[in-house]
Amino acid sequence: MWKNFLRIAVLAVSVGTTGWLLADDHGNRTIQKSMPSLDNPLWRAECGSCHGAYHPGLLPERSWRALMGKLDDHFGENAALDAATQRTITDFLVAHAADRGESRRSAKITQSIANGETPTRISTLNWFVRKHHEVSPATWKRPAIGSAANCTACHPGAEKGDFSERAIRIPRA
Amino acid sequence: MNKPRLCLIALLLTAGAAQAGEASPVLAHYAAAARQQDAGFSGFSSLRGAAFYRAEHLTPRGAASCSTCHGDDPRAAGKARTTGKLIEPLAPAVNPQRFTDLAKAEKWFGRNCRDVLQRECSTGEKGDFIAWLASLK
Repeated sequence: MWKNFLRIAVLAVSVGTTGWLLADDHGNRTIQKSMPSLDNPLWRAECGSCHGAYHPGLLPERSWRALMGKLDDHFGENAALDAATQRTITDFLVAHAADRGESRRSAKITQSIANGETPTRISTLNWFVRKHHEVSPATWKRPAIGSAANCTACHPGAEKGDFSERAIRIPRA
Repeated sequence: MNKPRLCLIALLLTAGAAQAGEASPVLAHYAAAARQQDAGFSGFSSLRGAAFYRAEHLTPRGAASCSTCHGDDPRAAGKARTTGKLIEPLAPAVNPQRFTDLAKAEKWFGRNCRDVLQRECSTGEKGDFIAWLASLK
């Protein structure tokens, strides 16, 4: 009887701890895996007119500040905004930046960036490169994709922060 | 004067009025600015606008014109050179939202003139550009 109780107890503890050991979110169980779905009309209209509106959770605060601080030379192009619009969008990006701890995906992005670095090109992040290592150069060049800047080509929910594996649809041409 | 000739004159007058900018508040703004800059201002030219649209300029990224991104036919969608993102047609005939918002027009002239011409565009260039696009049917 006592032996049986011990067996059941050991089993119960094992089952319980396995789940805990397998989970990768100790201490922050309330944090979602995916970035939150956000909206800001200025961010959507202004950032989204030349490329998709990149989710704030894709870069840390220092990167957004660096980008928004030199919009007159935005990867070689002039993307200048009036001062009020620039401030509103910067505030929005910073409030939900990757290092604000809003999602586990953003936490992984932050962890993949060295402390002294301020990357501004999302496609050069170690996290991005690691996640896309299976995508061949020919796939990137498909007309419906074009370049790594075109998140929504394969991640239809990219602007809503949805980069989940099951939502990926890679265009065939 | 016979009736067909009257009709023709009326038609020409209407076309002239449309080119003078009554259709677009943005064009009207540039016309007023041009008159202020030059008392002898005689109106924008869609011919000059067409030439301006296609004129190539040397940029740090190679030769470029308005048509590089906006396409040969402004009545069709264009494509951003670096990102490949579709650009809605520029011609108001197919995209009535165009040139109805001065701040938006100024923002894009400000960016694109510096990128393509390496300088700001003059009031005359902006007016000619819109006059041509507005003349496309």
